Amino acid sequence: MVTMQQIEQERRTTLKGSVQVEGLSVVYRRKQYENGVLDSIQLAIQPGEFVCLLGPSGCGKSTLLNVIAGFIKPSSGYVLVDQTPITRPGADRGFVFQQYSLLPWKTTFQNVEMGLRIQGVSKAERTERVNDYLNRVGLYKHRNSYPHQLSGGMQQRASIIRALVNSPSVLLMDEPFAALDAQTRHMMQELLLSIWDDLKTTVIFVTHDIEEAIFLGDRICTMGVHPGRIKSEIPVHLPRPRHFDDTLSQDFIDLHRRVFDCIREETMKSMEAC
Amino acid sequence: MTVMVSKPSPMGWVNQLAMTARTAILQNRPLRQLLSLVLFFGIWQILSSINFHFIINFQFLPSPLEVFRATIKFMTGNPWIHFWSSIQRVLWGYAIASMAGVLLGVLVGWFEVVEDLTMPPLEILRPIPAVAWIPLAILMFPNAETGMVYITFLGAFFPILISTIKGVESTLGDTVLIRVGQCLGANPWHIFKDIVIPGSMPSIASGLTIGMGNAWFCLVTAEILAGRYGIGYITWESYVTSNYPPIVMGMLLIGLMGAFSSWAVDRAARALMPWRVIKKQS
Repeated sequence: MVTMQQIEQERRTTLKGSVQVEGLSVVYRRKQYENGVLDSIQLAIQPGEFVCLLGPSGCGKSTLLNVIAGFIKPSSGYVLVDQTPITRPGADRGFVFQQYSLLPWKTTFQNVEMGLRIQGVSKAERTERVNDYLNRVGLYKHRNSYPHQLSGGMQQRASIIRALVNSPSVLLMDEPFAALDAQTRHMMQELLLSIWDDLKTTVIFVTHDIEEAIFLGDRICTMGVHPGRIKSEIPVHLPRPRHFDDTLSQDFIDLHRRVFDCIREETMKSMEAC
Repeated sequence: MTVMVSKPSPMGWVNQLAMTARTAILQNRPLRQLLSLVLFFGIWQILSSINFHFIINFQFLPSPLEVFRATIKFMTGNPWIHFWSSIQRVLWGYAIASMAGVLLGVLVGWFEVVEDLTMPPLEILRPIPAVAWIPLAILMFPNAETGMVYITFLGAFFPILISTIKGVESTLGDTVLIRVGQCLGANPWHIFKDIVIPGSMPSIASGLTIGMGNAWFCLVTAEILAGRYGIGYITWESYVTSNYPPIVMGMLLIGLMGAFSSWAVDRAARALMPWRVIKKQS
């Protein structure tokens, strides 16, 4: 008899979007001393999984994301995305930056379209796909606006679909909602989950916000400092689809407490180091 | 209970008028700009008519009225040949400087090799004032006309070159913008075309605006070489013959044309960059 888990397992092995991080270290060499930012990181992510990297500032969570993106070369170890070693940035790994990163000289439409245009997708197909994604995030009527005419939340929505429209294997998100106000942040989290429910793209989401990590993730990897490493992996078994009300449930609060205890010690350490 | 009724005082309407005038001036930008010109010429006229002499001596300076009379005389003659000669020289010099400056600037900003191979001599040439080039311009070029275009070219070229280089370099230094391109699968050509060039446009545009002004700036120098025509030539010629009002007229005309063409370049650049937002204190 075929169980649901087996079907799920089957689906995941055939889908693209697996990430494997093997013995990854990043060392910044300054004149006199060596500064270990990441130390032998080991991480395996299933296709379609939503993984949150959570930790205090200075734990190297953004550095780890930058290595997976191919922006930074590791000192040792390697990253495989769909069994292919990463040597440089590529369209198979979409990236959403913390800063507003739309190109100011392109309209919303042109920004979202850019990746498809680079890949040589035909004009008709580009228009259809971009409009579809603009509709999903409610930006269709702002398609001809320039970034400075959009609110912060709109800009980040555009950034997310700019990455997703290229159908990447992995979506890498570096504290994408950190600059938004609390209300907008909650809306963006729900919106992100609804898109993710449709697309099931693998997501690696960096955050320092415990609530955000629990609300979004299938699994939370808490990271420690000096040197940066993965301290524990906490699965999040809250049912999906998740809504903001779920953050008030007892399960959520228990999990919050557990994660909090986990990273508290590291936060203290990182504060002492400052 | 008393009701306060403000009686219209005899001076009430004067105050009212003053208030209205004040708000009109404070809120109307063209009016404010016009006011600055009126103040400029007005103060100059006053200083001239009282023979102001404290550090700066206005006794021998032509007053705005004298300059105005000289201008009327010049305009009723045959001014267009002078205007046209000068405009042609400036536009040729500027056009060549824009093309060369932007092209070389982009290459220098993008390729280290080009920077190393071109910038050291250019950096030595850059501080040399246009007037120092006059003798060489005579020797280097087949005729005076080309020499004059060369001098105006020099004035425009360096600000355009340097602004373009800085624009390209600062866009390349914007890690996030470059990374945005990279993780959309952009190759160096895409990054150059879609990110670096538009990103350096504001800087290139300010180079083009400054370069336009500088081309006019060098006109008097250039037209030292001229035989008969040109606004700069008139200015220089009047100096040689100690006829002062036309000197100031020539200066003002050059200033006026320089300001107008810089403004035109600035407008054109803004029209090309609708995505820019400029917010100033009102």
